[in-house]
Amino acid sequence: MSVELILLLAMPLLGAVTLGAYGARRWAPDLNVAFSLATFLAACALTARVIGEGMQVMLREQFLIDPFNVFLVTLTAFVGLTTAIFSRPYMRVEREHGRVSAAQLRLYHSMYQLFMTTMLVALTTNNLGLMWVAMEAATLSTVLLVTLYRTPASLEAGWKYFILCGVGIAQALFGTILLYFAAEKVLGAEGVSALLWTHLNAVKGQLEPAVLGLAFVFLLVGYGTKVGLAPLHNWLPDAHAEGPTPISAVLSGLLLNVAIYAVVRCKVLVEGSLTSELPSRMLMGFGLVSVVLAAFFLWRQRDIKRLFAYSSIEHMGIITFAFGMGGPVANFAALLHMTVHSLTKSAIFFAVGHAAQKAGSQLMDDIRGLITVSPTIGWGLMLGSLAILGMPPFGVFASEFLILTTAMKQQPWATPILLMALGVAFAAIFGRVQPMVFGETTAKRLPHPPALLPVFTHLGLVLMLGVFIPPYLADWYRAAARLIGGE
Amino acid sequence: MPLPLDLQILNALAALLLLLSFAMLSQRRIVTLVNLLAFQGALLCAATLLLAWRTGENHLYLSALLTLTLKVVFLPWLLHRLIRRLGVYWDTEPVLNIPGTMLIALLIVVFSFGLAQPISELASTATRNAIGIAVAVILLAFLTMITRRKAMSQVVGFLSMENGLFFGAMSATYGMPMIVELGVALDVLVAMLVLGVFFFQIREQFDSLDLHHLESLKEEE
Repeated sequence: MSVELILLLAMPLLGAVTLGAYGARRWAPDLNVAFSLATFLAACALTARVIGEGMQVMLREQFLIDPFNVFLVTLTAFVGLTTAIFSRPYMRVEREHGRVSAAQLRLYHSMYQLFMTTMLVALTTNNLGLMWVAMEAATLSTVLLVTLYRTPASLEAGWKYFILCGVGIAQALFGTILLYFAAEKVLGAEGVSALLWTHLNAVKGQLEPAVLGLAFVFLLVGYGTKVGLAPLHNWLPDAHAEGPTPISAVLSGLLLNVAIYAVVRCKVLVEGSLTSELPSRMLMGFGLVSVVLAAFFLWRQRDIKRLFAYSSIEHMGIITFAFGMGGPVANFAALLHMTVHSLTKSAIFFAVGHAAQKAGSQLMDDIRGLITVSPTIGWGLMLGSLAILGMPPFGVFASEFLILTTAMKQQPWATPILLMALGVAFAAIFGRVQPMVFGETTAKRLPHPPALLPVFTHLGLVLMLGVFIPPYLADWYRAAARLIGGE
Repeated sequence: MPLPLDLQILNALAALLLLLSFAMLSQRRIVTLVNLLAFQGALLCAATLLLAWRTGENHLYLSALLTLTLKVVFLPWLLHRLIRRLGVYWDTEPVLNIPGTMLIALLIVVFSFGLAQPISELASTATRNAIGIAVAVILLAFLTMITRRKAMSQVVGFLSMENGLFFGAMSATYGMPMIVELGVALDVLVAMLVLGVFFFQIREQFDSLDLHHLESLKEEE
């Protein structure tokens, strides 16, 4: 009945256990890829079933697959697979440079798979309580990865990540308790069903608005910390910069998406109960502040991974703002932006990872002239940066264009702010990437050839989404946008 | 009309819980801080048991058992062990002096009761008056985390916040569904184990658990 779902969740879990035992072997990176591939295949099978049969509630209603989360599940499994491919040569080089020991490599591989499991549970569960548990578990499984190199800076980053996200997510738990409290009034104390999203969605009009408003504030602050919304973003640049690059890629490309997903799931419920526009306004406010703050912080960065971490905050702000505006077009654009940002940003991190290994430093001043040593890495970084900056014909352009035109219609006051921030970000990132790619070189040769397939696969997909969205994908986005719109 | 005896006891337990939060705020000796945390856990356990007996909800007995093993026995034991192994017994002077902290704490309690007012009015549980106290415990734990410098005290604050959340869930709705409570407990347990590893890493690197070592990652000018 729900074989695909069980496979989807069991594969990475099995991977975590197996790699916990054999994660330091020479073939462990290949095994990591194999488990990620199995997860991806399960995700594809699940998608095929949902396309055929529509929304599914599985395993005693504890799991839910609908148009909104199924595309995120596929995206997560896909980026999980490509990141595993990228991490193969990357971690081997790290091992040979002596930056990680055998035990640390085992921890890395095992936690990588566990992290995938927690994200997939958070995406597929129908139970808002379980979603919380999985989100917290996602933090816990990556804390020790952020501190993998045991440098003072990485320990600090790990501690900040643990404490800020821990406190943040405690707020979300309180929000969940309030939601349960409101639901129990309507659905009765028979307990278990009162936290199931499908049941809540059916009765959302009857839930007590005062309690739900309060619950949403806590949920947004809580999950918003994980999204990296300003002013709760402090952990994000540190955690991205200090951990190994494959982890930066999955944190930025996947975890932030999952956190936004959690916020939007809650917003659908709250909006159905409230007559006021509180949730929309809060999302728009947090979104705009993040976009503007991140754009200006981009200027002050010297570390390349921090630069792109701030760029992630900026894009999360744009997505949050778009969901805040609501309506079919804005929701569609936000979903598209989630997809293209995830693909582009992880591609950039892949290129950055190889570039930093070649230069032996993450400081942008030390990385010069990539194009002469390795044209593919150089072009990968250049094209990735152009894509993330919203240049046509890449997909980011399409989604940002949709968001801006909708903003002009619905919230004209916000358009100049958004445009200004995008301009500032463009100048900051382009000005820094250009000398890294062209000019005199400082890079050296590495013992393992870089994996560039993931970089160009991602960029190719983003390009495709910019030029042409396949009709079934567009239908899919539309169905998800309708669902988020509360229809 | 006076309240029935069991409710009076419950309210007294809630009041004690709040009192313990204040005690934690003013305590600088880390060993005592952990003992206070264990005591808070014990009160929580007693309140859960009483409520379980009063309402006849079986899952509350399980929840009480969970609190007892995790928050009264295991976590304090783990923390004491860590304290001994790491040799951190005293926190340094807090960021804000203690009388100042107490004044802020008083304001927070007033604010919490204001915040909980609409929820208490809607609640049908016998313990609805305690919701304000739960919110206060959460926010005071937050204050503890802000004003402390040692990693260990911040962790105790974090766990105290978790206690407040459980108490809130209990007094508003007689507890969350069992599967969620188990999940949360598992997360707390794993979090503490991760932290144990983490503390050793920090100490290996800095020879201390003082958090001012962890303030170098700032935006460069």
